[in-house]
Amino acid sequence: MAALPSHGGSGRTAPLSVSAATLVCAAGRGRAAVLAALRERRTGLARNAFTSVPLETWIGRVPGIEAEPWPHSLAEWECRNNRLAWAALCTDDFRARVAQARSRYGAGRIAVVVGTSTASVGATEEAYCRLEPDGQFPPDLRRPVIHTPHSLAGFTQQALGLEGFALTIATACSSSAKVFAEAARLLALGLADAAVVGGADSLCGSVLFGFHSLALLSAQPCRPFDPGRDGISLGEGAGFALLEREGPGPWLLGYGESSDAHHMSSPHPEGLGARRAIERALARAGLPAGAVDYINLHGTASHKNDEIEARVVAELFPARTRASSTKGWTGHALGAAGILEAVITLMALEAQFAPGTLNARTLDPVCGPQLMLAGEERSLACASSHSFGFGGSNCVLLFGRERPA
Amino acid sequence: MSAAMHPAGSAALSVWVEGVALWTPRLPGWPAARAVLRGETQPQGEPAPRPQPALLPPTERRRAPDTVAVALEVAFAACASAGRDPARLPSVFASAYGDLPLNDYMCATLARTPLLVSPTRFHNSVHNAAAGYWTIATGCLEPYTALSAREHTFGAGLLSAATQAVSEDAAVLYVAYDIEACGPMATMVSSRGLFGVAMVLSPQPSTRAVARLVCEVRAGSAPRNSAASAQAAALVQGNAMAGCLCVFEALAQEVPRELMQTLSGGLALSVAIVPRGPVA
Repeated sequence: MAALPSHGGSGRTAPLSVSAATLVCAAGRGRAAVLAALRERRTGLARNAFTSVPLETWIGRVPGIEAEPWPHSLAEWECRNNRLAWAALCTDDFRARVAQARSRYGAGRIAVVVGTSTASVGATEEAYCRLEPDGQFPPDLRRPVIHTPHSLAGFTQQALGLEGFALTIATACSSSAKVFAEAARLLALGLADAAVVGGADSLCGSVLFGFHSLALLSAQPCRPFDPGRDGISLGEGAGFALLEREGPGPWLLGYGESSDAHHMSSPHPEGLGARRAIERALARAGLPAGAVDYINLHGTASHKNDEIEARVVAELFPARTRASSTKGWTGHALGAAGILEAVITLMALEAQFAPGTLNARTLDPVCGPQLMLAGEERSLACASSHSFGFGGSNCVLLFGRERPA
Repeated sequence: MSAAMHPAGSAALSVWVEGVALWTPRLPGWPAARAVLRGETQPQGEPAPRPQPALLPPTERRRAPDTVAVALEVAFAACASAGRDPARLPSVFASAYGDLPLNDYMCATLARTPLLVSPTRFHNSVHNAAAGYWTIATGCLEPYTALSAREHTFGAGLLSAATQAVSEDAAVLYVAYDIEACGPMATMVSSRGLFGVAMVLSPQPSTRAVARLVCEVRAGSAPRNSAASAQAAALVQGNAMAGCLCVFEALAQEVPRELMQTLSGGLALSVAIVPRGPVA
């Protein structure tokens, strides 16, 4: 048996190159479009016209995605969620970069690890609205592969021509952040040579009416960290990244995972889980909190999340760390939020631009000096992304512009 | 096992099984299941009622969905038999399809009266509900992963849990379960009955270990799960997680065995089970 590379749980882990990255969300398609929207403070949120029954809320919808051409070879996988994934794969040169990796490593040595909260359930909902008299799904939706949580991973693997390990992580809002941790472990143990990580979630009745039933939706565009914030705006989107042991960077320096052990739909009152995830990510990267130049916050604009997250950031980070929520641009894309915000964090490092916070008019007094409304052009060497989810699942990712010495 | 399978270029992972649990209505708990899987007794004739996880407060115990009930039952039993404190174990919760009846409820309600969706049923319908309830009930701040890989879920979850145990050098709780499909959903997704399994996987040998698992990824076309004996397989027939029964049969029989669990259309996890020898 071959010897395994070994590293303890508290020790540092080898950084991974994020050799390619892409995203599609309400704020734009591709990194350049999203960066322009962030700089120009153009929101992707619009009044909800998605649901058949009216629901007074704002949503981050990717316009036109349902009407675009769909490749015949992937016909079986067609649904809104996979359309978002396909749009992201076809953006930012991502498919070509994966094809190069495939020729380097072989299709069987590239893992696919993706996160989603509801996968293609929108297609299942549609089938229930159009059931045949005998209770069968309508013929065009009799495609078992899309009516499961694994739809996105199966689709991504086939669309990219990959044949390695494929896994779907479904831990609500932390899903597509935790994929980086999962992939890092697979690469550390040599179970794959590269990994396509990412996620997608699409607007659907389950989440719109589900979050409405929990009284968590705002009737206005969400206002993260505003003292008058009154709930979230749901969004949709997809994003992917290619991770390798060697490459051009930027670099995944660390990840930290934890649970709140508190409540299914409400965060721990002292942010115990959030704090632990941040500390673990820093420890794994071997960095002090002061090394973090920018934090892309979870910042959903739910009353509790923002209060607790702001307190934790104010306590753990120095005043010079910049922190903001970009959900005012994208809405909360749930299982896709992790990857969208990881890619935005990587874009911040690349562009040397810390995005601000949109829609908030003032900052809640609980916020420390880290919280910023306006974006800032500034030098960023290290940045992190927070994902704190429903069901108390937390994940923090730490990225660096340069490979640490 | 297909003769065409060959090593896929990865090193083997060794983990030690410290506690084992299994629950299905005709094998309600590991002591009963172990005796039946060893051929020492017959399965009970009457199916047992759904487990009532003692971890949950009495009001939640009755209202908990089947996924949560069966997952918490086996998770707790595995930790107890391993002598491990659940609050200190990271966990991996694997389910091919999640809570199918709640999925059916959500889709049916959305089709008729979307504004009347029940908030409790909505938050219980998420794939990480069982894992979320587990960490809340046990006060566990360690991370959990909730995952799916359709018909390859048990193998994928086992690989994920073993990878985490070895790379983080920490014992990991692995739980896998699936329940029965109902309503129009059942025409697309096939799963019957209630079946859950769990084990604690440690990266280190110890006196608590009952067996060692040596896991290795193999490549080849159209791999298949190894089969359990026909008599045992009949007890979980049709459940989406049924393909893992062979692993628990081998653990019960305490004989060395090399088994296959599929990972995809072209990959499988070879699981060599090495029982602990007689304690000196």
